Amino acid sequence: MNTFTAPEIDYVAIAPILIVAIAALLSVLTETFLPRSVRRTVQIILTFISLIGAFVVLVINRDIRTITGGGAVAIDGPALVLMGAILVLSLLSAFLIAERSLDSLGDSFAPSAAALPGSVDEREYSARGYFQTEIWTLFLFAVLGMLAFVVSNDLLIMFVALEVMSLPLYLMVGMARRRRLLSQEAALKYFVLGAFSSAFFIFGAGLVYGFAGSISLPEIHDALASTTGETLLIVIGMAMLLVGLLFKVGAVPFHQWTPDVYQGAPTPITAFMGATVKVAAFGAMMRLLYVAFSGIQWDWEIILWVVSILSMIVGSLIALTQSDIKRMLAYSAIAQSGFILVGVVAASPSGISAVIFYLIAYGLVTVGTLAVISMVRDSTGEATHLSKWAGLGKKSPMLGAVMAIFMLSLAGIPLTSGFVIKFSVFAAGIAEGDTWLVIMAVVASIIAAFFYVRVIVVMFFSPPNENTASVAVPSIFTTITVAATVTATMVLGIIPQPMIDLLTNAGIFIR
Amino acid sequence: MNTYPWLTTIALLPLVGSVIVALSPKHNEKLAKSVALVFSVVTLGAVISMALNFEANSQEVFQFAESYTWIPAFGINFSLGVDGIALVLIALAATLVPVVILGGWNEALDSQGSVKGYFALILVLESLMIGVFAATDVFLFYVFFEAMLIPVYFMIGRYGGPQRSYAAVKFLIYSLVGGLFMLAAVIGLYVVSAQITGTGTFDFTALVGLDIDPDIQKLLFLGFFFAFAIKAPLWPFHTWLPDAAGQAQPGTSVLLIGVLDKVGTFGMIRYCLEIFPAASTFYAPVVIAIALIGIFYGGFVALKQTDMRRLFAYSSMSHFGFIALGIFVFTSVGQSGSVIYMVAHGLSTAGLFIAAGYLMSRRGGSAQLSSFGGVNKVAPVLAGFFLIAALSSLALPGMISFIGEFMVLLGAFQQYMWVGAIATLGIVLTAAYVLRVYQKSMTGPLNPECEGMKDLNGREITALVPIAALILVLGVFPAPLLNVINPAVDRLMTTVGVTDPEVTYPILSVPASSEGGSE
Repeated sequence: MNTFTAPEIDYVAIAPILIVAIAALLSVLTETFLPRSVRRTVQIILTFISLIGAFVVLVINRDIRTITGGGAVAIDGPALVLMGAILVLSLLSAFLIAERSLDSLGDSFAPSAAALPGSVDEREYSARGYFQTEIWTLFLFAVLGMLAFVVSNDLLIMFVALEVMSLPLYLMVGMARRRRLLSQEAALKYFVLGAFSSAFFIFGAGLVYGFAGSISLPEIHDALASTTGETLLIVIGMAMLLVGLLFKVGAVPFHQWTPDVYQGAPTPITAFMGATVKVAAFGAMMRLLYVAFSGIQWDWEIILWVVSILSMIVGSLIALTQSDIKRMLAYSAIAQSGFILVGVVAASPSGISAVIFYLIAYGLVTVGTLAVISMVRDSTGEATHLSKWAGLGKKSPMLGAVMAIFMLSLAGIPLTSGFVIKFSVFAAGIAEGDTWLVIMAVVASIIAAFFYVRVIVVMFFSPPNENTASVAVPSIFTTITVAATVTATMVLGIIPQPMIDLLTNAGIFIR
Repeated sequence: MNTYPWLTTIALLPLVGSVIVALSPKHNEKLAKSVALVFSVVTLGAVISMALNFEANSQEVFQFAESYTWIPAFGINFSLGVDGIALVLIALAATLVPVVILGGWNEALDSQGSVKGYFALILVLESLMIGVFAATDVFLFYVFFEAMLIPVYFMIGRYGGPQRSYAAVKFLIYSLVGGLFMLAAVIGLYVVSAQITGTGTFDFTALVGLDIDPDIQKLLFLGFFFAFAIKAPLWPFHTWLPDAAGQAQPGTSVLLIGVLDKVGTFGMIRYCLEIFPAASTFYAPVVIAIALIGIFYGGFVALKQTDMRRLFAYSSMSHFGFIALGIFVFTSVGQSGSVIYMVAHGLSTAGLFIAAGYLMSRRGGSAQLSSFGGVNKVAPVLAGFFLIAALSSLALPGMISFIGEFMVLLGAFQQYMWVGAIATLGIVLTAAYVLRVYQKSMTGPLNPECEGMKDLNGREITALVPIAALILVLGVFPAPLLNVINPAVDRLMTTVGVTDPEVTYPILSVPASSEGGSE
């Protein structure tokens, strides 16, 4: 009988993840044992302390480069930066989740997610002024999954992290207080398709194990390096793993869920997942491809080339026709995934830092944009139809100006972060000889610019009418998020060099 | 070699002024205007002292060069520097701003926006205009090029006439679309430089030396040219201009047409020609054709206009045709002529629009030709200045625009005789519409509604005197301008790799540098 030796675990190195994990568990206990009246306060404090604490520990740990947990967890430069990005973006989204001043009914979440939409129960809960606080528990688990996702160094940990991240998200999507049927429909679609893509991932992991005899990413790399025979099996396995990841980032042709989920989910959740899931999934994707599959780079490069071009073109073209701003942002997110893939395909140190910069800056803009959207309201809740934004810039110039900055950034106009990140990935692509891919990306950017600019035109140049929404006055929570994201967007656009240096120094994924 | 950062100083002065104007007390409009005037005059003084230090025959491509790292990762620097062409245009901008402030003293009074806001925007715009002419980094140029839209948008959209929103939006959208194509070309240029040298750069001097594949040149050229042709504007990208000029305050129009639109033609001569020489010669016939169409189209449409401001806008479009023609005939006379023409057009446009503004302020804001008639009987001084500007616009000998137009046509004749011959006919058209304006508004029987119209006061005269003086003095003695422009054009011709054609028919010797003594 084999003796089992427990793997060595460097607890200091994984401390940020542990902090969030402990907070998530405490959050479950809070829901179970504390009275309803104090739950919200406790949950918010717990969330904020754990996210900030994890970030502080991360900064202290900034020089740690190690593989621990029996080879299952890799803490390297990119992982640290990605974890930092996830924590910051989560924190900013948490402010939105905590917001209570915008909606006359309270927060953005159904008082009891289990009550049937339109039922007597639901009205009862609403009338009693109940608020649900489970959202915080789910939120913390999702963050935990994301953190684990970007450090996972073997396929099994990666799969577990993927599920820990995804399952709470499916639930959170379905919890909107208003338009509950839309929200639940979105959640179901997301869950069914997500489960399907997870199945692809685990099947792919099985095939890869069949080839390499290991689930550890470095060992897969070694097996590929030493093989002289047929690699078809591992190429298929790798492709299936990619399907699971590309689904999460909403790349074409795995994008079908995106518009419904973006539109149906409560806006704070759209902000949270729109920003952070991309960071986590692209982080994991790069580790998977660069660490395990660098031996078959030719095979995945061609797949990602096609997916990237499809995402950019399809996303941009369909976004042009959207009249709902959240759906438009969803298609924009699809197109942005395509732009990010340009940097992933480059597969170079400058490509890695460009992609991470893209994820950070894009995440900030996404959170900021959705924070602005959550403030634009009429009597039925959020006014997401573009026609209701007519003349909004004249009614409230500050909000209009902030939204305009975000739109210009998404369009990639200089002096905003959007230009810098697009330029970074394009430059990385060019340096690796992907000239045509970059040309396609520039063309797609020009198309995309039109629908972003259209929002500005609608806000400032259409006269306000009786349908024009009004802007709700937010509490300090949303204000912080908007102020922080818009400042970051401008600063990263005008003086990006410190961030570029930080990411360049973070180096590459270790094996 | 002096090391004082002249250009940064000159670009920052108006910006500082605009902040002070914007922060000035709300109800003391006179103070805000005076501060704006003082800052613009000080800036002009700084530009003049810089110009006195300019060495016309220096070996350096750019003088007063400054460079600070901005985003080293992308090879982007904050680099400024001027050659003769840029210097002349900066001087034009610095001259027109105080004139506009003085001439448009009462312009913003009954507008939606605040008075001090208008003058703060003028100063912001001056800062950006100086930046755009002085930038020697392509990315920096692009940033200034696009940033200029913001003050102009507000100047039209907040302080203009009844249709101001429409005009401002049209202006913005046209410019943004052009800017997007240029942005794509700017990125493309970086890509090409990265492929050739290994490290990408936006430095103008480095880019000029690159041997770019002609096919790629043609694509990138189009990206830049499209933006410049909208900005200038050339036919058929011009439709925003009459609307903008027809709605904007006269002062805004002076800066818009007199200086801002020159960025388009300046961009063609600096960026299109030097960075993409092969593409420029390839597309030259097309551009020349567009320019010729513009000369006549603008002229004919101007003949039919009833609103002075729209008329001047169409006439400008015709003049931009001449400027583009001079640039793309690839002779040194033609190109020097184009630069002179830019200055001349800036001055005569300023004279015309400011005089029109005076007329409008006396007739309740109407710029219709039918609102006037016989004005020279009641306001002879106003009519006199108007006449000088108008005659300058039709290029009467003795005025600076004559030099420019003559050189452009001469250059055209040297290269393609028929192009020169056709363009010359445009002069007749110009004379027709300019004289028509003067005849309808100033001469003839006095329009009863103009009875008792006051003549110009001291402030109004002070604003127009420098314009009239420059038009006449430089018209008789253009040597100071030509001395700084000619070396820049010669260098440009060398970079593009073209030489003046052998002239096979007798012409007078070029009235260029041969005449002018040293400064």
